[in-house]
Amino acid sequence: MANETKKAPAKKRTAKAERAPKKQTTNGKAASGAATGPQDLPDGADFRMYTGGGHTHESLGLEPDELLAMYRSMMLQRRFEERAAQMYGRQKISGFLHLYIGQEAVSAGTVHALQDTDPIITAYRDHGLGLARGMTANECMAELFGKIDGSSRGKGGSMHFFDVENHFYGGHGIVGGQIPLAVGMGFAAKYKETGAVAVGFFGDGAISQGSFHEAANLAALYEIPVLLVCENNGYAMGTAVDRAVSEPDLYKQAYAYDMTGALVNGMDVFEVYYAMGELAKQAREQSKPALVEIRTYRYRGHSMSDPQKYRTKEEMESKKNEDPIIRLKSYLIDHDLATNEQLDALDDEVKAEVHASVEFAENSPFPPVETMYEDVYVQDDYPFIV
Amino acid sequence: MSESANHPMAELQFREALRDAMTEEMVRDENVFLMGEEVAEYDGAYKVSQGMLDQFGPKRVIDTPIAENGFSGLGIGAAMMGLRPVVEFMTWNFTFVAFDQIVSNAAKIRYMSGGQLKVPIVFRGGNGAAGQLAATHNNSTEAFYTNVPGLKVIAPSNPDDAKGLLKSAIRDDDPVLFMESELMFGLKGEVSDEEDYTLPIGKARIAREGDDVTLVAHSKSYWLAMEAAEELAKQGYEATVIDPRTLRPFDTGAVVDSVKQTNRLVIVDECSPYGGIASEVAFRIQSQCFDYLDAPVARVTAKDTPAPYAKNLIEAWMPTVDEVIAAAKGALYVE
Ligand SMILES: Cc1ncc(C[n+]2csc(CCOP(=O)(O)OP(=O)(O)O)c2C)c(N)n1
Repeated sequence: MANETKKAPAKKRTAKAERAPKKQTTNGKAASGAATGPQDLPDGADFRMYTGGGHTHESLGLEPDELLAMYRSMMLQRRFEERAAQMYGRQKISGFLHLYIGQEAVSAGTVHALQDTDPIITAYRDHGLGLARGMTANECMAELFGKIDGSSRGKGGSMHFFDVENHFYGGHGIVGGQIPLAVGMGFAAKYKETGAVAVGFFGDGAISQGSFHEAANLAALYEIPVLLVCENNGYAMGTAVDRAVSEPDLYKQAYAYDMTGALVNGMDVFEVYYAMGELAKQAREQSKPALVEIRTYRYRGHSMSDPQKYRTKEEMESKKNEDPIIRLKSYLIDHDLATNEQLDALDDEVKAEVHASVEFAENSPFPPVETMYEDVYVQDDYPFIV
Repeated sequence: MSESANHPMAELQFREALRDAMTEEMVRDENVFLMGEEVAEYDGAYKVSQGMLDQFGPKRVIDTPIAENGFSGLGIGAAMMGLRPVVEFMTWNFTFVAFDQIVSNAAKIRYMSGGQLKVPIVFRGGNGAAGQLAATHNNSTEAFYTNVPGLKVIAPSNPDDAKGLLKSAIRDDDPVLFMESELMFGLKGEVSDEEDYTLPIGKARIAREGDDVTLVAHSKSYWLAMEAAEELAKQGYEATVIDPRTLRPFDTGAVVDSVKQTNRLVIVDECSPYGGIASEVAFRIQSQCFDYLDAPVARVTAKDTPAPYAKNLIEAWMPTVDEVIAAAKGALYVE
């Protein structure tokens, strides 16, 4: 902070922090109430707080059809995953299946705030972001079924959705392993002067990994346009944040790397949209990274095999009142932007799409065994075991 | 290597050949950049990148913190977006810290994405044992990485091959691991002056031909094999010496053809014996030309312990010329 050039954003921070002094309480027991606000931050720290509830579609400049697009995206993610869970139960889907249910405002808000060409990368809880980024239910369901028409031709499965055409770069299985890649994607944007901002998502569990700290340091050191976005859903498998991290206000890690830290209410799609838009703009214009902690909640277990003994029914019930989809639905109705019937019809449409995707996945063939040997290398005549 | 009479040869150190390869590729393609610890302002820990910062500037010759996992991952992310990074590791000993990025990401992203992405990156640096550096700094890492589908692994033994293969590696669309022997950076040899000199990845070099026994050895071990071959010749036994140059893909055909002539095979390899390169080559040969073998395949490797420090111990730990000679004679059933 001694550096003169680093002073400018700090001023901005003060203004923002004063504007949003409210306590953030959307998180699980681990971090709830732990969002202590800016008064105990280091001098000159650039902090943004996006508490939620303060925006209207007008203040955000969103047209009603854009709201409906966001709503549809969230519904599609939810219905897709509900159906995926069912198919898992029927053993049509194997392996790990980590559901995103509850976190849909993060994906929908982010994708709508970004430019289409901004690359996005995430961990294994990737269905939501993939669908929000334009992947079709068909290719996603087929991938879960391990079929040739899946997005990765049946070689990736649930944890490895990729859609490069839509600038979605996966789908990664090692906790924290994708964070340096996000920084590399931002590095490439800067190197090639494309004007893109890379956005790398990871869970609260990943913040303890060396890869996060190494990547954060590199991002700040090289002034890379990247948003490091921690989706804090309160738990890493069964471990609540405060049992794993010495400072459960995860955004504070930003100050160790002299970058912007932001705390965002992830149950409010408007807030995510607003925050990510503002932070992406800053990253784009100043070619600098930020650490964004988005507090959210997952209603389902860590994966399908998780009995969830680490949290109470009451906690989960209380969170359902904040459900991002119900929240947006109420908004749409309260503001006469849609009727119940309209939204029901939209839900039916999404359900039909997902239903059709199951049929599509069923009917798609398993990958021919020879395809096992494809795509190991770009060079296609590569000699394997001989 | 020196058979190309049409091309004049320059005497270069191994490190200079590597530098020429990187420099030429960076001039040719602006998407190529170099990053690593001390590669820029310090001119490279082993001076491989000397002068490159001055030539290309800090955008393309980039010093990193000591964060192998972070910067190797950064390189992979950049490669996913179409850049062609050359990531220098001070030595391959330190890549265990970056193992996850190399193995889980570089090697597998293409496969997991069903072919949507490619990762055209080169990881390079000093490899193998380098004297009395004790256990953490004396690792021949080839076998760890050749075990991973999705990676290509190259380990040349002389400056000419180093130049031609590094240029090919940088142009390759797959992740390539380029292993330079730590003790060979100063090694001098003739390097082709041919404009834009590249060598194919996956082609072995027959360095010497003889009918009695085949020796296969890469990188620094190649020189042991050559010395052993000369000593054997004095004793009346002619050896073929094959330098595979590329360990994955491996030019099995070249070794098979030779073994069909000599009927005997000795593999020299600085890796630990258990699951090492020698083991893989032995498997391939016994499965493809079992009927031609007149003796069991022999191997000369590092001893099956961590590398010791004491001078006498590390000398005994490393494969030696005498061991190669003894193994060859064993295969020839002479004492
Ligand atoms: C390096 C590594 N260690 C352990 C695991 C096993 N694992 C998978 S997910 C997970 C919890 C991570 O939680 P978090 O980062 O908070 O993400 P969330 O599941 O909440 O989205 C663990 C321990 C892994 N995949 N990678």
